[in-house]
Amino acid sequence: MRRETLHNEKGRRLGIVVSGSLSKGVEVKLDSTTSVEDIAVGRYVTIEGEKGRFLGMITDVALDAIDPRLMMMPPEVSDPFIAEVLAGTSIFGRMHVRPELALGGDAFSLLEGPQQVKTVPVHFSVVKEASEQDVERVFGRVEEKQFWIGTPLDMEIKVRLNPTEFVKRSNGVFGKSGTGKTFLARLLLIGMIQENAAANLVFDMHSEYGWEGKSEEGRKVKGLKQLFPSKVAVFTLDEESARRRKVSTDFVVEVGYDEIEPEDIEMLSETLNLTEASAQATYRLARHFGERQWLESFLAMEGREEINELAKGLGEHEATLAALRRRLEALRRLRFLVPHARDNAIQRILDYLDRGINVILEFGRYEDITAYVLVANLLTRRIHAQYRERMERAMGEDIAKPKPLVITIEEAHKFLNPDISNQTIFGTIAREMRKYNVTLLVIDQRPSGIDEEVMSQIGTKITCLLDNERDIESVLTGVSGKSELKAVLSKLETKQQALIFGHAVPMPVVVRTREYGSPQSYKELGFREAIELKKEAEKEMEDLWG
Amino acid sequence: MPAKIAEIIEASTGEFMAQCYELHQPPPFGSLVKTREGEIEIYGVVCEATTTSIEPGRRPIARGREEAEEEDIFRSSPQLAKLLRTDFSALVVGHKENERLYHYLPPRPAKIHSFVYLCDAEEVEKFSRSFDFLSILVASKGQADELIAACLRHAAQAHPDPRAFLVKAGKELAVLLAGEVSRLDTILRRIKG
Repeated sequence: MRRETLHNEKGRRLGIVVSGSLSKGVEVKLDSTTSVEDIAVGRYVTIEGEKGRFLGMITDVALDAIDPRLMMMPPEVSDPFIAEVLAGTSIFGRMHVRPELALGGDAFSLLEGPQQVKTVPVHFSVVKEASEQDVERVFGRVEEKQFWIGTPLDMEIKVRLNPTEFVKRSNGVFGKSGTGKTFLARLLLIGMIQENAAANLVFDMHSEYGWEGKSEEGRKVKGLKQLFPSKVAVFTLDEESARRRKVSTDFVVEVGYDEIEPEDIEMLSETLNLTEASAQATYRLARHFGERQWLESFLAMEGREEINELAKGLGEHEATLAALRRRLEALRRLRFLVPHARDNAIQRILDYLDRGINVILEFGRYEDITAYVLVANLLTRRIHAQYRERMERAMGEDIAKPKPLVITIEEAHKFLNPDISNQTIFGTIAREMRKYNVTLLVIDQRPSGIDEEVMSQIGTKITCLLDNERDIESVLTGVSGKSELKAVLSKLETKQQALIFGHAVPMPVVVRTREYGSPQSYKELGFREAIELKKEAEKEMEDLWG
Repeated sequence: MPAKIAEIIEASTGEFMAQCYELHQPPPFGSLVKTREGEIEIYGVVCEATTTSIEPGRRPIARGREEAEEEDIFRSSPQLAKLLRTDFSALVVGHKENERLYHYLPPRPAKIHSFVYLCDAEEVEKFSRSFDFLSILVASKGQADELIAACLRHAAQAHPDPRAFLVKAGKELAVLLAGEVSRLDTILRRIKG
């Protein structure tokens, strides 16, 4: 009932603009009829300027008094009469509004749609609660079968996130643990699959995207393969785990020692605790034994003497090699590493991606970061090389470009931290690879661990609640109106709320993420039960044969 | 036109003084009165009333020692009523010209010997629809705060919803007395009812 009155066609009047600037946003004095307690950061308001209307977001709420002495000698507000008189006159609420878009009133702007704000509304412009129509005009009406991510605060309209725009740049999902990052990432993947915007390759560390996942409450939710059986393939590194969980996998990935290059080991420096010298020694080993045999040969060495001799031959320190040997022993625990892989996983993945089938690589029991970093790096580097080659050929020969590829990685700070982001393939992709139609979807709970330069290249950021100051800073790097968004970001609910800003949305928006996990939600996302599918098929047969 | 109650004996642009026709019966403190100057009706708020001897040099003397009741004094000396006078002063707060109300000072002061009338509820209600006259009262000398409170209490009775009227007036005062927190507080306590 209340919602209806708040968001009728006109919108309730809240106050008037009293000061402000384009760079810092405007100050609004609340009317005496508006209680500060009804105002919440993250909501939208419209400002009726002289020449046009502005749509803005509330980023702060404050109390103020006309005379500072009132704070020292509070009036007798226990008397309802005095309280009523003073409210809105001697004491009043203020809010800070960040104008986001100009909604012109003339025919031209109706055609052009909302424009970037280049000025501020005149003094004492009336500020009203934004109506659903206004907000819908900005985000666009969501047609059937189009993907939407959630609803703005206190509104019933759907916020569209255009997957085709979304995949043009690298994107990030951030939030501290337990705030719904996985849910959001799953939704985004569904959106891309639903609208066929990109081929996805997901490095699924905790095996929660492909088949069944669990909600925070422990409820089972469907994975992508269950929703889109014909568009998703599940690859696994751990067949046993997949079998135990009754997941139908499409391919079991093995990685041969002969596929591991010194660069791959260098990426593991941090997780394997390698010294700079040890990491560098791998290159000499590769030269010595040959690119394809070095790791297997090195691991096959038994005994001190043998290693000492090798060290002499290479001009390395013995202790360095011995330490490297000890550390690399950890790789032996990874069962998916074999001397020589039976099948070429990279080619398989590419085949699937080429056919428009999205690949989710489950790690099964290998949830430790070493396996994740190793495999993600190794596969991505080669897949990316292929994509690059194809893209260059497409440009040279004027043939169709390959379909955009989105690579999803979790624990992104392990790949993109300032120490190694210059060297990893993920750093390269984040920085420049949209030219080659490859972008990243990074999922992380510690964005402050990610290289600043990479962060600034991230097109659309979707962040759930973050409470660490450094993480908030880092997510907002390079965003205009940083301090204002900061207030909004740190006040998000712990669940089902996210702030989205950047390339794919016309203005920052706080959304209540759409529900996922009920039969109705699956249906809305295009899922059909087997019975339904059968019925449809039968009907089609009937139509065909009469 | 209601019955006349007094006659102007001193007038300036911002204030007039009138002598009441009935001894001891001045219009209430803070009530709205009016007088006429040609086509213009001048409104005033009663800000002071006094009863004195008609001759400034002769002060009344006590006469009630032998009387049982106060009224008996006047009964046994009927000439007294003729030797005393009741005057009141009113602050000019607005005027009416060509059936239009203006809440600021008239172009000319009232003439001496003009009649003064007490405004009825309807007129008070019409006049107090705008609070522009409050600034004149706020700036007045003497017991301005008492006067404002009395005037508003009086006017509130003429409005269908006295409390809503007083809240609105209070908000107006909160703006006028923005820097004078304690004055505002004093007045609000006097009108909260």
